[in-house]
Amino acid sequence: MKKEELSEDELLDQVTSTEYKYGFTTKMDSDTIPKGLSEDVVRLISKKKNEPEWMLKYRLEAYKIWLSMEEPDWANVKYKKPNYQDIIYYSAPQPKKKLDSLDDLDPELKKTFDKLGISVNEQKRLSNVAVDIVMDSVSVATSFKSTLAKLGIIFCSISEAIQEHPELVKRYLGTVVPSGDNFFSALNAAVFSDGSFCYIPKGSKCPMELSTYFRINEAGTGQFERTLLIADEGSYVSYLEGCTAPQRDENQLHAAVVELIALDNAEIKYSTVQNWYPGNKDGIGGVFNFVTKRGICHKNSKISWTQVETGSAVTWKYPSCILKGDNSVGEFFSVAVTNNFQQADTGTKMIHLGKNSKSTIIAKGICAGKSDGSYRGLVHISKGAKNSRNFSQCDSLLMGDKCGSHTFPYIEVKNNSSQVEHEATTSKIGEDQIFYCNQRGIGTEEAIALIVNGYCKDVLNQLPMEFAVEAQKLLEISLEGSVG
Amino acid sequence: MDKKKYMLKINDLKAGIEDVEILKGINLSVNKGEVHAIMGPNGSGKSTLSAVIAGNETYEVNSGSILFDGEDLLDLDPDQRAHKGVFLSFQYPVEIPGISVSNFIKAAITEKRKVLGLGPISAKELLSSMKEKMELLSMKKGYLSRNMNEGFSGGEKKRNEIFQMAMLEPKLAILDETDSGLDIDALRIVANGVNKLKSKENATIIITHYQRLLDYIVPDFVHVLHNGRIIKSGGKELAHELEEKGYDWVTKEADEKWGY
Repeated sequence: MKKEELSEDELLDQVTSTEYKYGFTTKMDSDTIPKGLSEDVVRLISKKKNEPEWMLKYRLEAYKIWLSMEEPDWANVKYKKPNYQDIIYYSAPQPKKKLDSLDDLDPELKKTFDKLGISVNEQKRLSNVAVDIVMDSVSVATSFKSTLAKLGIIFCSISEAIQEHPELVKRYLGTVVPSGDNFFSALNAAVFSDGSFCYIPKGSKCPMELSTYFRINEAGTGQFERTLLIADEGSYVSYLEGCTAPQRDENQLHAAVVELIALDNAEIKYSTVQNWYPGNKDGIGGVFNFVTKRGICHKNSKISWTQVETGSAVTWKYPSCILKGDNSVGEFFSVAVTNNFQQADTGTKMIHLGKNSKSTIIAKGICAGKSDGSYRGLVHISKGAKNSRNFSQCDSLLMGDKCGSHTFPYIEVKNNSSQVEHEATTSKIGEDQIFYCNQRGIGTEEAIALIVNGYCKDVLNQLPMEFAVEAQKLLEISLEGSVG
Repeated sequence: MDKKKYMLKINDLKAGIEDVEILKGINLSVNKGEVHAIMGPNGSGKSTLSAVIAGNETYEVNSGSILFDGEDLLDLDPDQRAHKGVFLSFQYPVEIPGISVSNFIKAAITEKRKVLGLGPISAKELLSSMKEKMELLSMKKGYLSRNMNEGFSGGEKKRNEIFQMAMLEPKLAILDETDSGLDIDALRIVANGVNKLKSKENATIIITHYQRLLDYIVPDFVHVLHNGRIIKSGGKELAHELEEKGYDWVTKEADEKWGY
């Protein structure tokens, strides 16, 4: 147990420093294809991954759809659109030989993981977290595979799943987020190079948190990971993803797709601590985070999204639930922090189709500096979704007078037996609150952290314990120096 | 004069908001072990005085000094003043949503201990100390897990202030209109708590409008604040006199002297 305590301290230590801590790059040989996107590039990615014909076909179709689409501009964000011919679509850390055990891991890579505070070893065994790590585009290490396999749980990279479990991938890939859903999902479907795959068999309760760590490393690369998570009937899984990137002057593109499938009576808890590089104080650099996340709930099932968003220069992200089954439940808990010149347009969609379906939305925005934060949410209750309920609460907290906060709630109700509630508040951290804390001996920085934590409590409480600690620290860091 | 002699020595303090001077030259000395009452009509500057001692930056200090154990508080930030042992019981305590009373107090104690070079207090020690102080102030069960002042009644807020004072054990406690909004039972509980916390080593300044609280916490000195100046000082009997005759007889004299 001693070891675990140590790693906790190290983690705390790492996240409490003021600078963006994850801004390092790892010097490693990588297998990179030239920048730019064309049908040949799509074919090359597929070939490099030794994919079956059906997968290549899937990609090519998506590529065609993408060519016919335009980058959306309805979101409340302003940025210079990326030049899609100037991005490297495939970069894999070398050596790429298959690893039998983590001891075989490239030492440089191992150092990276240590810096990230991810120890893919015994420490995690103690804290009961299985980790899949995606660096640039390729999944490099998955821990605990064999322990999980004993329970019939599949947790591996999506590339591996395409090889080893094609029937599952074929059956579910693109069923929740079709390639043509939007510009970025089409791009992702064409060029995704890796991501995580997870299948929980009928009636199983996954005994540990499953976790994926995403990291962009190479300059000029985009990261397009694909996550597919299937919880079969009556099963349960809690899943966490973390994200970091090096500090770079240019904007890097991250366009991921996450699909969740909760079959009858299943439950999925999906938590994200997003800490992509947000750019510097003057708004130079940072990650463009354009992500499509959606889950489908069958009968009596539940999907719960929790996200703590502190990073990225621009965020465009709406984790959503399609409540298809009767009595299904969708939840969305979100804290989105923007500081300096960050912009975020984030929220959720709850699509009620099944009878007695229920959804809860708790969205907390915190804006500081010259940043802009928007909540955009849709609650749609269809004709057949009788007796459905939604409760939405959208709060924003402003720090200083140069930031902006906006709320765009869309509510569509097509029957008269359902109930929708929406509450919204906007507040400022008051000088009187800070003075009150000061008078009790609590300094201004600590006071702000305290007030912000209190404000986010309902969301942070949803996170697994150790990640809640990390998230709290992240909030403190991203707001440091934002008042006074 | 030995400036170390007094715990608190305020010299010719002038302060206000923007161009309006509210405190027009306050002089006040408080020894340890003493209880001082500052009385005065509305708008006389009582709350401004307490805010300036605590370091509220809404107010600008134009001149003078506030020596506390020989050190000028005006050179210190509000949290540093708190660490030295200055406590203000707020007239209008502020809500901090989502933060429980116990977490708030733990944060306050941890920060103070940090300055003293001590590690965090053990959960067990903290809890038993909280329980003891809760009893002293007849706090209801479940109080510690309520969020700071959120949904508290007026009386609960004031009791929460005194509870924090009990936990932080300040050298100098300033009670700003602690009696306002309290019914007679709550007043008795609060006064009883304050009396029990009194010692030879600490001092209390009670700021009040009425003499009511002073029936329970008996002051050694009573000062009348009017128009930014202390115009009269005396023993506890002065409070009774004011209760009987009102403020007019003292303020009139002062107005003639200073002009109003």
